[in-house]
Amino acid sequence: MLGFLQRPVVVTADINLNVVALTAVGLLSRLWQLSYPRAVVFDEVYYGQYISFYMKRIFFLDGSGPPFGHMLLALGGYLGGFDGNFLWNRIGAEYSTNVPVWSLRLLPALAGALSVPMAYQIVWELGFSHCAAVGAALLILIENSLITQSRLMLLESVLIFFNLLAVLSYLKFSNSQKHRPFSPSWWFWLMLTGVACSCAVGTKYVGVFTYLLVLGVAAAHAWHLIGDQTLSNVRVLCHLLARAVALLVIPVLVYLLFFYVHLLLLCRSGPHDQIMSSAFQASLEGGLARITQGQPLEVAYGSQVTLKNVFGQPVPCWLHSHQSTYPMIYENGRGSSHQQQVTCYPFKDVNNWWIVKDPGRHELVVNNPPRPVRHGDIVQLVHGMTTRLLNTHDVAAPLSPHSQEVSCYIDYNVSMPAQNLWRLDIVNRESDTDVWKTILSEVRFVHVNTSAILKLSGAPLPDWGFRQLEVVGEKLSRGYHGSTVWNVEEHRYGRSQEQKERELELRSPAQMDASRNLSFMARFSELQWRMLTVRSDDSEHKYSSTPLDWVTLDTSIAYWLHPRTSAQIHLLGNIVIWASASLATLVYALLFVWYLLRRRRRVCDLPEGCWLRWALAGALCAGGWAVNYVPFFLMEKTLFLYHYLPALAFQILLLPVVLEHVSGRLCRSQLQRSFFGALVVAWFASACHVSNTLRPLTYGDRSLSPSELKALRWKDSWDILIRKY
Amino acid sequence: MRKGIRRGWDETHFGKMGSYYINRTFFFDVHPPLGKMLVGLAGYLSGYDGTFLFQKPGDKYEHHSYLGMRGFCAFLGALLIPFAYLTVLELSQSLPAALLTAALLTFDTGCLTLSQYILLDPILMFFIMAAMLSMVKYNSCANRPFSAPWWLWLSLTGVNLAGALGVKFVGLFIILQVGWNTLSDLWHLFGDLSLSMVTVGKHLTARVLCLIVLPLALYTATYAVHFMVLNKSGPGDGFFSSAFQARLSGNNLHNASIPEHLAYGSVITVKSARMAVGYLHSHGHLYPEGIGAHQQQVTTYLHKDYNNLWIIKKHNTNSDLLDPSLPVEFVRHGDIIRLEHKETSRNLHSHYHEAPLTRKHYQVTGYGINGTGDSNDFWRIEVVNRKFGNRIKVLRSRIRLIHLVTGCVLGSSGKVLPKWGWEQLEVTCTPYLKETLNSIWNVEDHINPKLPNISLDVLQPSFPEIMLEAHMVMIRGNSGLKPKDNEFTSKPWHWPINYQGLRFSGINDTDFRVYLLGNPVVWWLNLLSIALYLLSGSIFAVAVQRGARLPAEVEGLSQVLLQGGGQLLLGWMIHYFPFFLMGRILYFHHYFPAMLFSSMLTGLLWDTLLRLCAWSLASFSLAGHVHALGILSLLLGIAYSFYLFHPLAYGMVGPLAQDPRSPMAGLRWLESWDF
Repeated sequence: MLGFLQRPVVVTADINLNVVALTAVGLLSRLWQLSYPRAVVFDEVYYGQYISFYMKRIFFLDGSGPPFGHMLLALGGYLGGFDGNFLWNRIGAEYSTNVPVWSLRLLPALAGALSVPMAYQIVWELGFSHCAAVGAALLILIENSLITQSRLMLLESVLIFFNLLAVLSYLKFSNSQKHRPFSPSWWFWLMLTGVACSCAVGTKYVGVFTYLLVLGVAAAHAWHLIGDQTLSNVRVLCHLLARAVALLVIPVLVYLLFFYVHLLLLCRSGPHDQIMSSAFQASLEGGLARITQGQPLEVAYGSQVTLKNVFGQPVPCWLHSHQSTYPMIYENGRGSSHQQQVTCYPFKDVNNWWIVKDPGRHELVVNNPPRPVRHGDIVQLVHGMTTRLLNTHDVAAPLSPHSQEVSCYIDYNVSMPAQNLWRLDIVNRESDTDVWKTILSEVRFVHVNTSAILKLSGAPLPDWGFRQLEVVGEKLSRGYHGSTVWNVEEHRYGRSQEQKERELELRSPAQMDASRNLSFMARFSELQWRMLTVRSDDSEHKYSSTPLDWVTLDTSIAYWLHPRTSAQIHLLGNIVIWASASLATLVYALLFVWYLLRRRRRVCDLPEGCWLRWALAGALCAGGWAVNYVPFFLMEKTLFLYHYLPALAFQILLLPVVLEHVSGRLCRSQLQRSFFGALVVAWFASACHVSNTLRPLTYGDRSLSPSELKALRWKDSWDILIRKY
Repeated sequence: MRKGIRRGWDETHFGKMGSYYINRTFFFDVHPPLGKMLVGLAGYLSGYDGTFLFQKPGDKYEHHSYLGMRGFCAFLGALLIPFAYLTVLELSQSLPAALLTAALLTFDTGCLTLSQYILLDPILMFFIMAAMLSMVKYNSCANRPFSAPWWLWLSLTGVNLAGALGVKFVGLFIILQVGWNTLSDLWHLFGDLSLSMVTVGKHLTARVLCLIVLPLALYTATYAVHFMVLNKSGPGDGFFSSAFQARLSGNNLHNASIPEHLAYGSVITVKSARMAVGYLHSHGHLYPEGIGAHQQQVTTYLHKDYNNLWIIKKHNTNSDLLDPSLPVEFVRHGDIIRLEHKETSRNLHSHYHEAPLTRKHYQVTGYGINGTGDSNDFWRIEVVNRKFGNRIKVLRSRIRLIHLVTGCVLGSSGKVLPKWGWEQLEVTCTPYLKETLNSIWNVEDHINPKLPNISLDVLQPSFPEIMLEAHMVMIRGNSGLKPKDNEFTSKPWHWPINYQGLRFSGINDTDFRVYLLGNPVVWWLNLLSIALYLLSGSIFAVAVQRGARLPAEVEGLSQVLLQGGGQLLLGWMIHYFPFFLMGRILYFHHYFPAMLFSSMLTGLLWDTLLRLCAWSLASFSLAGHVHALGILSLLLGIAYSFYLFHPLAYGMVGPLAQDPRSPMAGLRWLESWDF
């Protein structure tokens, strides 16, 4: 207990100077002249707008990735005191003085710098020599594309950092497994693996592939653990539980935490509100919340409501009607009922108001006490401004002839009776007697006579319909689809007996009081779902490329060009490193298959320990490359060269592993070994030379002459920008 | 069994293709030809004359003899049951398991419905099951390698694989399964040190021969037959390249005689060099408001049509170049030309507006009145890899059209336009001058009365080229089957839970209705079994890995469960999960191959579990009956549920099921079933 009185307090510092030196050069390479250029470079224009939203705490929706990466960038802005006032609209625009460029770019640069010592540690933890480990770190250090990518407000370097961190901490964990299971450091690295995995996923969705890889390796190790009969059953169970908690539960929790913070930060309404459901919008400050705040919750007979379509494609819109009627004869010769048009209108308008009416009564006001409408009740919907009733009948709809026309009924006395009864079907009800609730209830209107369902077909009507969207009665409805579901957005209890008064009432803004909030899980699931399904413009880009171009570096991206000189930043890889990394992967695969086949025939070229190291290095490095590369072949979005960088980082780690193996195992004599060593040195020198040659394009600090630029254009497909004077 | 005198649903499709074979007219379909060929053959043998029109579902067959085609499909469908029976018997060595499987499939309304009609699915499932059966058989011959039955089953597996792939591309999944099985088999042989490398080499060669070479040869042979039989021009011509079309008699490129060099005033069609993109097309419809300029649409279109015709004109004169008094003037590489759409007299035009879908490109429109437009109508015509001043050859020259004002290149993006563009493909003018097939065109038809027609023996494509092209076109066709917005589509997760069926024929309550829906008892039992299997399988696997010593009887059962069941589970997964990745439109019936595997797994699992139950209760006197009783009650339950649901398959009349008067009233267990 009081041991420290008897023995002196000793701190043994065990500092690996390799790591320190590598960190230092890593920082130097990434942080040097970080705030140059003081202009928007490439995708900064994209991420920058989200940073501004965070600074102003305005809600936005970005389908490109989860919020953790954006939040990290925003953290840089917060630390630098950025107020969010900058118009991110053009690549190359000069930053105004209020933009703290250095601190905005700091976090990605730090992530990039720390990847260098981490590469060293990973190769070391894999059980290879210091020399190989230093080699891996130096290759990461001088890889031009990684430098370029980490010196800007971009997320790839952050993703690579967390990918490597996940692998490194898993390796540390599994190495301490042999000696000291359940020790504090064992727990620390295990937990860190889980956290790093969810950070990687939280930065970009593609991080999930590294997560799956780590899970796979962990599962294989766990399976061996189960087979280890020296451990008791209870101990095996403890091991499995600890892994399950750290690698499955914790990542989920951390991922949720990102969204929690994200939603906590973004509490004001903004430009992307419209995509979200009414309930979500109401939970944001300003915007819809300002209107809906204080609305009565339960819809009653006599309520005045606006009905928003839940699906909201192609645009969010509200059920609408107006004085105009359907044309007698359409362009294609079909006839219509010539009754009042019912459409879906994407703007707020007084004609969006409808009154819920009890078919058995005449009045259009709410009784006291209000009689709430329940699931299964028969209602009529009265259009507020024209007092006509929502109606559908066996007439083909204008643009979707297989569905029924929906109109507001006008009695022309032509033996076409009114069919205006609708049964209310609350889709998300908890019981069959649920009350129709404002915003929260998703309802379908089922036509009583024809059992057609009120549906937004999404087709824009021609000029006679003012290009509003078509609404139809769908007879062949199959299952749930958002386009048949509506929710009440604005709502108030109608008080006016007379039509004139009522029109005035409709025009006045709704006001009343009561507040309700969505739970975090509901907001999370909606936001996540919308993020995954929001459609991005997958248009061809000038610098877009295909995965096949990446391995051979047949593509490049011009990031920035100095407004006057030829100084430019260009995403280009170090071609020597790319080529040799690909070659190393190939050599690894061939050697692996060869060893595997020989082992199967009981010919063991490698001792057991060496084989296991070799296999694990392959599983993590070659595997890391494969899982971060192959899925892109299946993706349909626009792809760029920088998508390859996470895969490249893993591939580079494999390079010294293969070199060491070749020199240690395949070179038989000392002479061969020395010769191979000399080759490696020559190769490394050439990599350094290439890196140095491309340096002006990486940092963009020096303006090259057109002839120098032309000389750098080693491949025809590299679009290096050359100014014409 | 075949009362339905009206045709149901997809019969319109595949029945029609059977007719095409009988009439020998060329057509295009997204599936490989074997299935339709077999249908056609069956029809031919049974005396069907191929004259029925197959226009829309619900037409009556009247006097046409369609029973041969239906009978053929039904026969193959019926064979599934003995195949499944034999497979399970082989895997489990247990009669009750096999009987249970057979009962599950016999009493499943879905399988029954699907095999009653002229569809590809019964044929596909037949080949899948036959491949599975022969694979299992040859696995059990493993102790007698290179014996006659071993060779027989191995080569039968190969034959059936070719069959499965030849019917639909999803046959690829069973190939994956067989491939996986073969690899693990070889891996075991390779690890067996008692076998010399020569023997292992022999094993490898035998498998390469029977499972790779043989199926490939057969698959290629089906295509050879396909192209040989279909030698007349038909509705599918436009999908293929000009060279391909020259093979088809009746096509105007067959023994073509057309003017060889392009001249001003000629009427031409322009075809994209990219496969399955089609002809440059325009029609009297405008781009909708808000999408570029409100001018006439220009698209590419796969079918032959008058709207594909363009007149090639000089950029600066509008005189009638076909005036016989004027000398013929040839178009040369590098000339500035104008292309006038023949039907609407508008010029091919481009300008700095973004294209409708590919936003980075410029929009291409039809502009001008009676051929008078502006300078945005001028295009420079260039032949790829040619010098200035050369004449341009019809069919053979690969040309590019470069817009003079903006410098962009006319290309097709291959994207499908929305409804306003009639789902034709987008044409853009791309500012990126990278040379891709998208921006290369060739002139196909060429009409110029002033020029002599020269018989062109157009480069006859070789057979491998035809194969490659046919596959490219099919793949494009498949990926083009995208679900539309606002449409209710079937999702893969719907299928195992039997969420929603498919109406085969009849909608209203007066019609004779057939509804494709699995027997819910069977399907939900299958679903439960998969969960149970995963549970019991992992318990056994962990027990084995922990080195637990099992009694001999349990050991045997666990072997059946892990190995036999594992194969079936793999089959189910391979035939089910890839659909989650597919972008194309999916239908409920895509699940049926997976359902076969899942039913076999159910049979095997319940038999094993009941045996285990009986074993663990061995101390009780009634233990021996647990197994028998369990199997019997399952059989009876399934049979009874079939009695309840059989009208789905055999057809129902009367009101819909939500009506209490309907005979099916109480059976609408899920709201999403709409029979």
